[in-house]
Amino acid sequence: MKHGALTIAVTGLNATDNPGPGVPVLRSLADANSGHRFIGLLYDTLEPGVYIEDLTARNYLIPYPSNGLETMFERISYIHEREKIDFLLPTLDTELYVFSKLAPRLSELGIGTFLPSTNQLNLRGKDRLSRFCEEHDIPAPKTEVLNSLSELEKAVKDFSFPVFIKGAFYDAAPATNLAEAVAVFQRLQYKWGLPVLIQERMQGDEFNVAGLGDGKGNALAAVAMRKLYITDKGKGWAGVTIYDDELLKTARRVISVLNWTGGLELEFVKAKSNGEYYLLEINPRFPAWIYLATAAGQNMPEALVRFSTGVPVKPLVDYEVGKVFVRASWDLITDMSRIERLTTAGEI
Amino acid sequence: MTTHKLSPNLAVSESGFLFLTTTGETFTANPVGREIILALQSGKSDDEILQSLTSEYDVPAAAAERDFHDFVAHLRHHGLLVSEPKAGGSAQ
Repeated sequence: MKHGALTIAVTGLNATDNPGPGVPVLRSLADANSGHRFIGLLYDTLEPGVYIEDLTARNYLIPYPSNGLETMFERISYIHEREKIDFLLPTLDTELYVFSKLAPRLSELGIGTFLPSTNQLNLRGKDRLSRFCEEHDIPAPKTEVLNSLSELEKAVKDFSFPVFIKGAFYDAAPATNLAEAVAVFQRLQYKWGLPVLIQERMQGDEFNVAGLGDGKGNALAAVAMRKLYITDKGKGWAGVTIYDDELLKTARRVISVLNWTGGLELEFVKAKSNGEYYLLEINPRFPAWIYLATAAGQNMPEALVRFSTGVPVKPLVDYEVGKVFVRASWDLITDMSRIERLTTAGEI
Repeated sequence: MTTHKLSPNLAVSESGFLFLTTTGETFTANPVGREIILALQSGKSDDEILQSLTSEYDVPAAAAERDFHDFVAHLRHHGLLVSEPKAGGSAQ
């Protein structure tokens, strides 16, 4: 595959209060000074990354993944004809199944990807994670998958309140008694469908690890972070790199047993009761704080592109501890004509 | 003689700002607290630290000892000390 200076298309430019990882991924790739050219792929004309000066050379609207594989493939083919995309780096959970399935066809067009397989995506799904952890002896909070309200009523007998009730893909809320649990269950079922999960609420501090798997069981990179400021949406708005051998060992083991391909984020809670790290979630893409890892010395997006295009990459081991990110809200000014062009022509 | 050992993962700045590199937790020590932490870092025993505090500050020995042990208990509570104190440890 072509390497060196590439044309790289990136999604997730929604740098909002629930930020996608596209902007920090592009910032990391730009920092590598490899001469890449960047194409933004957008679901909405107001994705703020489009309006950050000099971040991307061109931007294109793409269809939502729910429109199906063919619609997405046609649109990417159209963009490829104009831009000659060498590499596509999707960064959002919801689109990964589509791009993972399209990867062989994209490869035929000459577009490289480095994505987890459908099987890997399924294994780390919220409804499977508990079983996966049990099979591989990775500590995880007790969780049960619920397919009806009566299953919830039965399951709560095995849990002590408070518990977390979680949607199969997104969303979670604590419940301190059965009535609250039922209310949250019904809200999540209505919003996201079944199954819904019930999970033990562990007391302890949360830690995150951003990582990169080579698809053969090796971690090419891993950086641990603790959130210093959390918004009311539960998003980290400031964080600091930390180093704990136990935490990173557990993270590398998860990457290894999954033979993980590509970027990921692992969420852990360090239990107050025994000091062990319990795996809460595996997000199948780089986190929105990935630029902190770059600033600390591990440029994972660049390592991903280099590795998958056949450039030898030595595993990144060291990084600076005590590096801090603080996210800022900053108004970008643009003209209505740019929004008009993006809305009517679908590209800018 | 008793010597307390600080966590090797504790970064201590000149200003008394403490950063635990394994958890990301931060703490601020006042000038006396910082002095005690630096003394612990250099391997000084409790007796040596107390002697230095009582000679430097106008404080009765009993009060200094009580406050010192209180401070050490705080350090332990926040995970800034490792294991149990070393009894009979040699002071530098």
